[in-house]
This record gives sequence, C-alpha cells and structure tokens, in this order.
Amino acid sequence: MQELSVRHLLGIKDITPQDIQLIFETADNFKDVLNRPIKKVPSLRDITIANVFFENSTRTRLSFELAEKRLSADVINFSSSSSSVKKGETLLDTVNNILAMKVDMIVMRHSSPGAPHFLSRHINANIVNAGDGTHEHPTQALLDSFSIREKYGEVAGKRIVIIGDILHSRVALSNIFALQKLGAEVMVCGPITLLPKYIKELGVKVELDVRKALEWCDVANVLRIQLERQQMKYFPSLREYTLYYGIDKKMLDSLDKEITLMHPGPINRGVELSSDAADSHHSIILNQVENGVAIRMAVLYLLASKTA
Amino acid sequence: MQKRLIVNQQLLDIMVMRLCHQLIENHGDFSDSVILGLQPRGKYVAERIQQTLATILGKQVPTGYLDTTFHRDDFRRRETPLTANATKIDFLIEGKKVILVDDVLYTGRSVRAAMDAMIAYGRPANVELLVLIDRLYTRHLPIEATYVGRQVNSLQSQRVLVEWKAQQAPEDNIWLITKTED
Repeated sequence: MQELSVRHLLGIKDITPQDIQLIFETADNFKDVLNRPIKKVPSLRDITIANVFFENSTRTRLSFELAEKRLSADVINFSSSSSSVKKGETLLDTVNNILAMKVDMIVMRHSSPGAPHFLSRHINANIVNAGDGTHEHPTQALLDSFSIREKYGEVAGKRIVIIGDILHSRVALSNIFALQKLGAEVMVCGPITLLPKYIKELGVKVELDVRKALEWCDVANVLRIQLERQQMKYFPSLREYTLYYGIDKKMLDSLDKEITLMHPGPINRGVELSSDAADSHHSIILNQVENGVAIRMAVLYLLASKTA
Repeated sequence: MQKRLIVNQQLLDIMVMRLCHQLIENHGDFSDSVILGLQPRGKYVAERIQQTLATILGKQVPTGYLDTTFHRDDFRRRETPLTANATKIDFLIEGKKVILVDDVLYTGRSVRAAMDAMIAYGRPANVELLVLIDRLYTRHLPIEATYVGRQVNSLQSQRVLVEWKAQQAPEDNIWLITKTED
C-alpha cells in the first residue's frame, strides 16, 4: 500500500517523484473508470469539497467539479466575484466560514502566490492548489506530464520545451518541477522580456529562437500569452509575437521529425498557435483535457484518505 | 506465525475440476455466461477455472477481471489508501449470466463492492459467486457463494492464503495462517 507524502497539494515543488508516480498509477485506474458506461464511483461519498475560486477559471474549475462528482463527493462552489469578499472579508475568514459548514477539502485558486500555503498553516482541511497567481498550478503540470507519459510510455529522457510567456506562467513553473522530477530535459523559449531573470538557476536550457527549440524537442508545450497579467509592454505587438514565436503547421511540417504539441488552454488561436497547428495530428490538447479529470480524481482520492 | 496446509496441489486440482463440472451443469456451453475474477487474488482463480473449462469444453469462456477498490466501504477507515488494480472486461455483461470468482469468501464486503462495480458495465441476467474457500460464521453481510471449493472453520485472528504457481509460488496450495504472539 502506498500513500502520498503530503496532506495538501500546494505545489509540485513539495512532492516527491514517488508521489507523482502514485498519482499517475491511480489516474490510470480512474481513466478506465471514465471510459465505462457508468462513469462514477462511490469512493468520496462521505466527503464535502469546496471549490473556492478567487480568480476566473473555466477549464480547471469544470475539470475539478467533474472529478469531484465522478467520485461521488458533495460539492459546493464559491466565486469571489459574487461573495462577501467584495464586502471586505479576509481570505481566512471566508475559508473558515466555509469550513464551519463541515467541509473536508478545499480546492482553491487565488491571484496571490502562496495563498494556499498560508491557508494550510491555519486550517485543518486538505487543500488543493488550483493555481496561485504566477506561482504554481500543480494539477496542470501533473496532467501535462501524464499526457506525455501516455504518448511516449515514459517521461524520463524526453526533451520538452515550454514556449511563450514563462514570466507570468504558473503552468511553466509547475511543469519545470514535474518534468525534472520525472527525469526529462527541459528548455524554455520565449522573448527575453518574458523569461524570468534567474530561470537558468532552475536547471533548464534557455533558447530565444523558436525554430531551434522545436528542432531540439520531442514535445512543445505552448503557453498562452496572458494579456490579463501584463500591465506593461513586454513585446511591441501581438502581431510581432506571432511573427517570431507563433507556431503553425507549415513550421511543424518543415521539421525533420514528428513532435507533439501541447497547450494548457485556453488557446489564443492565431497568436501562439495557428488553428491548423492546434487541430493537427501533432496536437494532444484534447487528450490533456480528458486526462485532467482523471488526474484530479487521483489527487482528490489520495488526499481524501489523509483527511483530519 | 503458524502455517497449516489445508488444501494441497492434488486436492486443489480435484476441487477446481469439480467446480468446473458444477458450472457446466448450470451453464451448459457457456453461450450466455461470462466469468469475472475479483482483483487481486480472484483473477488467478478465474484464469484457472477458464483453463480447466477450456480442456473440458474445448472453448474459451469469456473471462475478465474486475477491480473493486473504488467501490469498497472501508476507504478512509484504513491506515493507508487502497491501491487500485486494473479492470479488464472486453465483452458485454448486459443480459449475461455472470460468475463472480474469488479465492476466499470472508466478510462478504468485497463481493458487495464487486456487485456495485460490476453494475457500471451493464445489467447482468443473473449473478453467481464461486469461491475456493468459504470461511464459515464470519459474514458481515447476507452474502453466500453458489459454488464452494471447501468450507473452513476459522478464527478472526486467522487468515486463509491461496498460493498459485502463476504467482511464483513453488506449488498451488491453500494455507490457514495463525498469527502467534512472539
């Protein structure tokens, strides 16, 4: 019998390679469940989970909610835009009020890096970080790595390039941690203004030329240009970004090897990826979405056995 | 720990052969019947039953294995989470006669979980249970086997272990294990 080494999933940095493997093996079984005629198991029928989202989300929130319902958990949803947070309530008060309703687990997204870590020191419930500002997005990194494992059989030894807005991306940071823990080689590629100053200290390669990056890699994980996080100009225009860093089918076809395209979504079609590239046989973007539910089911199932 | 041999290889062969003939009495040519071994240990019994039926009938009876982990009622009541095993059912069970197969029938909770898990794949015409060992007077639920290899009187502190060559054991044997205070 194996179990996770942590009570919360706050970030990939905090978990071990063995934890990741256990999550993957459990997700394999849940993927099987999701392909049955009846896609539901009663494992978490005595658990109540609150999805507390202080920031907009479509995909992650839907994926978590579906995972929770597939596990038969009771689910309550909270969004800050329509809550008492607007009236000045603190994060801790908001969450404690939710917990007073006998909630066992919190799935939280927040715009402040470290918000779930802060909560984990003050409350008893298990916490799953669904994205904290520009810091981490652990379940996205897990589903990305899981999708690579599904495609290639293993992640170790594979070359993965993360392309785009690395500076503002929690997906990039979590992916770097996860891929390195699983033995992959990681490169980041993007405009110099969108690369963090100390990125090399994470042990990743840095490339400014997208074509060279694509020639090097087995898998390209293309990130969205996050216009909502850019209060200043990091590049002259979207058109210029597309010209230098956009990937289209013509570019993929001109490579002397087959590579796999990934994207955490939502895609800015015609900016970081052209439609013909996003919809090509190179893309496993929809597999990532499907795997997201199985990975989140695995995370919730494994953490639920460690409820206080 | 004390180990007492309760069924040796020769007896186990006879037992499996008898159970197969009992199955043939009720299922004929198995045209509407399928076998489901309960993971993890019932899988080996199911494979052995399938092999023996193939030698008697000259045909392969559809056999799969079913994992019940996510349907068990003792999740979060254990020290560590239950580790799931693979489920492999590459045939339809809708309208079929299903024979659930396990090595030991003890409290009946695994069988209850199995019936719950099985319903996710369709509605069988009927369901039977085959076990090698039926531990008497230990049931937590009103569940009984249709086909029994041998009934065993045992204490709660004891455990029945079925060993298979397929699992790298030296011989096919069934043991009654008693934990002793060292």
